[in-house]
Amino acid sequence: MFNGYLPAILAGVLTTLEVALLALLLSIVLGLIGASLKLSPFAWLRWPAQLYTTLMRGVPDLVAMLLLFYGMQIVSNAITEANGLAQWEIDPYVAGVITLSLIYGAYFSETFRGAFLAVPAGQLEAGQAYGMTRAQVFRRVLFPQMMRFALPGISNNWLVLLKSTAIVTMIGLQDMTWMADQAGRATRQPFLFYMLVCLLYLVLTACSQCALGALNKRYSLGVRHAEI
Amino acid sequence: MLDLQPQIILDNLPLFLQGLLLTLQLTGYSLLIGLLLAMPLARLRVSRNRWISQPVWAFTYFFRGTPMLLQLLVLYYGLAQFEWVRHSLFWPYLREPYWCALIAFSLNTCAYTTEIFAGAMRNIPHGEIEAARAYGMGALTLLRRIILPSALRRSIPAYSNEVILMLQGSSIASAVTLLDLTGAGRSVYSDYYAPFEAFIFIGLLYMAMTFALVGLFKWLELRYLAYLAPRPQR
Repeated sequence: MFNGYLPAILAGVLTTLEVALLALLLSIVLGLIGASLKLSPFAWLRWPAQLYTTLMRGVPDLVAMLLLFYGMQIVSNAITEANGLAQWEIDPYVAGVITLSLIYGAYFSETFRGAFLAVPAGQLEAGQAYGMTRAQVFRRVLFPQMMRFALPGISNNWLVLLKSTAIVTMIGLQDMTWMADQAGRATRQPFLFYMLVCLLYLVLTACSQCALGALNKRYSLGVRHAEI
Repeated sequence: MLDLQPQIILDNLPLFLQGLLLTLQLTGYSLLIGLLLAMPLARLRVSRNRWISQPVWAFTYFFRGTPMLLQLLVLYYGLAQFEWVRHSLFWPYLREPYWCALIAFSLNTCAYTTEIFAGAMRNIPHGEIEAARAYGMGALTLLRRIILPSALRRSIPAYSNEVILMLQGSSIASAVTLLDLTGAGRSVYSDYYAPFEAFIFIGLLYMAMTFALVGLFKWLELRYLAYLAPRPQR
């Protein structure tokens, strides 16, 4: 039915997942840094973080990706030329991961900022009173409680991020959309292959929802919900 | 080593302007169509009859679970695979990238908006609906006077996010050869090999539009959600 293109598409699924998971990891790190900067008592730390989140959320991901992909190529050409080195091709994989991380890092900053604020200050003070270091307070008190408030936002950002990975196909990365495009052209059955990829995306989102539901349970263990 | 040439932007101002218009047109029309379709669909989505609510759920699940880029590609490149589509009444529209983008964007935003409205309808205090029933309102009057005004107001914050996502999401129209704002940027890039001038300029335009929308929705919230705001502390 798929004329032997199934392995190629499945390889594309792996690329998509790799890009999405790498971008998720980097954007969570960026988000934690961004949120800490935004909550800092020093204005000179707060405003660069504010500028970053505002800029990144105002520009479409595709535009940011094109700017980064083609812009990095020009910068690298200028550097290699000035130093008499061989031309270095910018990898769409790298450009895609960096762009998605930068954009979703901005969204995660907002998510984590809200979640940090939702943890009562008394909890942190109690931790300090027990003689914990700042790192211990973060790891044992702040982080587990913050995650409960952050999880709905994290789930939402992840689902949007996962679907955004489709646009890396427009800078030539061979993700599953790109593979489907090629297979559709070769076999003249574009509908079949695009729908297959749609189905694969649905499977990925459904699986993530299951996993996130389990995480949510894990982090809400200490919370009582009223029965309705 | 990098000398920016603002002249490139000035020379191509008409192209950018046309792109801006197309972006605004596509976003505006699809938001309008999506909004109008979402109102009845949301009512069906919260229906207690599963045979009515499940098909709407399937529609929103598909469109919210797949990337909009793929929906656009299915419509523009995918449907042309079938002989009967090419001989059908709709072919004059379905072979135009503009119409495909409009249909894909409208259905996509309709799916998200339906879920937003359905959520707001479920959150209407049951007392309001019971009071309306006690006044003897029929189903349509209830919908028109109580459910829609209340649900639409409560949806403003979530809907403002959807509008901004739609504006930014419309940038993929350039994937089906349309010269929207992003398409104009890509065309200027390939003509002059000047990514910074082209993409930073359109990025700034998108940002300006985003801020204008954020401002508009802040005002709408103040105007229509004033009664839900926390009471001033005495």
